[in-house]
Parts: sequence; C-alpha cells; structure tokens
Amino acid sequence: MSRLITRRKVITTALTALGGASGLAVAARLADWYGLIPPDYAGLYGAGETLTYASHRLFTARGSLAREFTPDQISKVAPVNGPPPRAFDYQQLVRRGFTNWRLDIDGLVARPSSFSLADLHGFPVSRQITHQACEEGWSFIAEWIGVPLSYVLNLVGASPQARYVVFYAYDDDWESIDMADASHPQTLLAYGMNGSELPPPHGAPLRLRLPRQLGYKSIKYLAQISVVDSLKDIGDGTGSSAPGYGYSWYAGI
Amino acid sequence: MRHSTLVRVTHWLTAGSFIALTVSGVAILLAHPRLYWGETGAVGTPSLIDLPLPFLLTGQSGWGRYLHFLSAWIAVLTGIAYVLGGMRTRHFKQDLLRPARPAKYNIVQRVTYIAVVFVLFPMMIWTGLAMSPAVTSVLPILVTSVGGQQSARTIHFIVAGLLVLFVVGHVAMVALAGFRRQVAAMIVGGEASVPQVQT
Repeated sequence: MSRLITRRKVITTALTALGGASGLAVAARLADWYGLIPPDYAGLYGAGETLTYASHRLFTARGSLAREFTPDQISKVAPVNGPPPRAFDYQQLVRRGFTNWRLDIDGLVARPSSFSLADLHGFPVSRQITHQACEEGWSFIAEWIGVPLSYVLNLVGASPQARYVVFYAYDDDWESIDMADASHPQTLLAYGMNGSELPPPHGAPLRLRLPRQLGYKSIKYLAQISVVDSLKDIGDGTGSSAPGYGYSWYAGI
Repeated sequence: MRHSTLVRVTHWLTAGSFIALTVSGVAILLAHPRLYWGETGAVGTPSLIDLPLPFLLTGQSGWGRYLHFLSAWIAVLTGIAYVLGGMRTRHFKQDLLRPARPAKYNIVQRVTYIAVVFVLFPMMIWTGLAMSPAVTSVLPILVTSVGGQQSARTIHFIVAGLLVLFVVGHVAMVALAGFRRQVAAMIVGGEASVPQVQT
C-alpha cells in the first residue's frame, strides 16, 4: 500500500471530516429541537446522559404511565432523607398550619398567579398509589393526593413556547422538568399522602410527584413555579441543583 | 487461531466498561448496602441480605450513577456488535454450540461462555432496566416478572457477582496459558491458543 499523501487523499479526508462534523452538528440541532438533549449534556458523562435521556424520551413518547399499585401494597415504612427546612420562614409556615403559604407561578404564562393551599384543594383531585425509589437503593409505595400539574399550567395559560417548568423550594433546592413530564397525567402537585395531609418531612405543604423518575426529582416544600423556554440562565444552567451535587438532571433510571 | 479485529476491539471495550461498571456499581451499592425482595425495601423493613459494608453517603453514588450508565451504554452497544459479529462468522455455532472435532474449547469453557454471553449479560440488562421507573412504565413485565423493583436490584447484584467470578477465572486461565502471549494476541491479533514449545 502506498504511503504517499496525495492531493486526492487530503481532499477526500477533509471532505469526509467536514461532512461528518456538519452531520453531527445537524444531528445535535435536530436532537435539541425534539427535546432530546438534557441540560447536563456537557462534561465527562454527558454522552451517556444524553443517550439515556434521548432514548427514554423516544421510548416513552406515547405518554406511558408509571406502574400503580393497590391500597394493600402501601408501605408501612416511608423513610425520608433529612428533616424539613429549619429556616425561620418555613418554620413560621408550619406553626401557622400553612394558612399563610402561597404558591407563586410566573414566567411564560398568560396569567401569573398565586395560589393558597385552599385554592389547590379546590382544583380537581388526582390520586395515585405509586412506587418511589431513592437513588441510594431503598424504596416505598405510597398514595399521593394532589392536583395534576397540567391542570394548573392550563389554568395559568402556559405559553406554547414553554420548554421547561422550574420549581423552587423552601430548602433552597430547585428542580426542573421538561414539558413531556409537565403535561404527563401522573405528574402531581401533591398536598396529601396516604389519606392525610402531606407530613412536613415528606415536603409539606406541597411537593412535586413525578413517578416516572427517581425520588430526588420529586422536589419538596414548593414555594414557586416558573415556566421557561430555556434553562441556560438559571443557576449554573444544568437544570437543577442536583448536577451541582454530582447527580444527573434526568432520573428516569 | 488469530483473533479478528472485531473480537479484539469488542474484547477491550467490554473489559474497560466492565471495570467501570463494577467500580461504579460498588459506589452506588455503598449508599445502601442492603438487599431486599419484592417491590419495596428500606431501613426499618426486613432485608434479604445485609452486606457487611458501611452505609456511605458521601455523594459517590452521584458520579457512580453517571459512570454506570455511560459504561452500560458502551457495554451494551459493544455487546450487540460482538453478538452480531459472532453470528456472522458462525463463531457461536461452530466453536461453542456444535463444535467441530477436535473442539477448540472444552465443555466447561463452552458452557461458561454461552452462559456469560447469552444468560448473565442479558440478565444484567434486564434487571438493570427493571429498576428504571421510566422503562417499566412502557414495559412493566420487565419488573413484574422478577417479583418487584427490589428483587430486580438483588438479582442485579447477584449476577454482577457471578460475572466478577467469571472475570477472575478468565484472567486466571489466561495467566495459566501464558499471560503475555495471550494478552498480546488479544491486542495485536497474533497467534493465540497455541501450546508453547517446552525447551
């Protein structure tokens, strides 16, 4: 085989490289357009994260439902990771039975709103008995009672430009989900658990319930919801506080 | 026998991703080194196996999970290429299922390799996916067939242990057969499985 570097070889190689690079660029644009790129796509593990998120989004595209269970399968033990926030403003809410608590919704919505717990109780009630697994390995089954997030988003008139829903909590945690999850019928704003009010350690007065993802995605102690078209300018741009601690934004596995 | 390029490339990709999967798997396990049976399990409920390991909550399950799923993708895509290649060259049929005489591999080797490639690796993928609430929302049978999410986690751990045992045995046999020569053959594709001349 000749080892000569010919002009033809140089041109062919350059064209192949150019074609490959622009092909990749087009593929990345398309994947982003179809919502297949997670906000923590960069870095050492980004390729794995992107493959997982993209394949799950395609695989669950028909709005598959998380498994539901029967009342006799509800776990007697439902542990939590850590106590409720010790911050004064949260403790004040607990002392007053959350009567002065409000959920603010802003961003890309026609009617920015502020709901009390009583307002939320007045909306259509949805109940689910679902499995909640912590990424650490333990899990439990519980009944969750609340209002579908999609109902609230319709009520405030979320814009068609919306791509993510961002959640802010009293423990300074923040989280975001894509519209596939936000419009999913099992995605709840939960104020009740196992037939009672949501206990403070489980996120009172209101938490997200997202049964197609692991527990840490179901953010507790909600204070504010923002509808956005990009996560780039929020926090460090990786979509939630989890990547800052080394945990992936998408937690469907 | 000369290892083909496909076999050499997939071998080392599998080896690398297997090491990464084992290390990251241990990192994830250490966050909760207890195994259960059924759908649920947590501290305060009966466990199946209490591993004599500390509960380590230093965030290692974060990079553990990132690394685990990245290397799982590499292992699975490599495995698909390997199995398709082995079917194309009739390696599985001619060398493992219905070997010519004299057979290249003995019966223990053949049964072990078939079990690893067609039973244990698929079980790892199956039980791994069975722990995913998103995947089981589409295919609940993945998890109901093994009796629940915690059962899947337990089986995933046991089969991982069997695969680690296989790798230990595999490396030991490579060492017995002449480590440098065998490893060189798997890297550059030289002659392997040829008895060395005693001098």
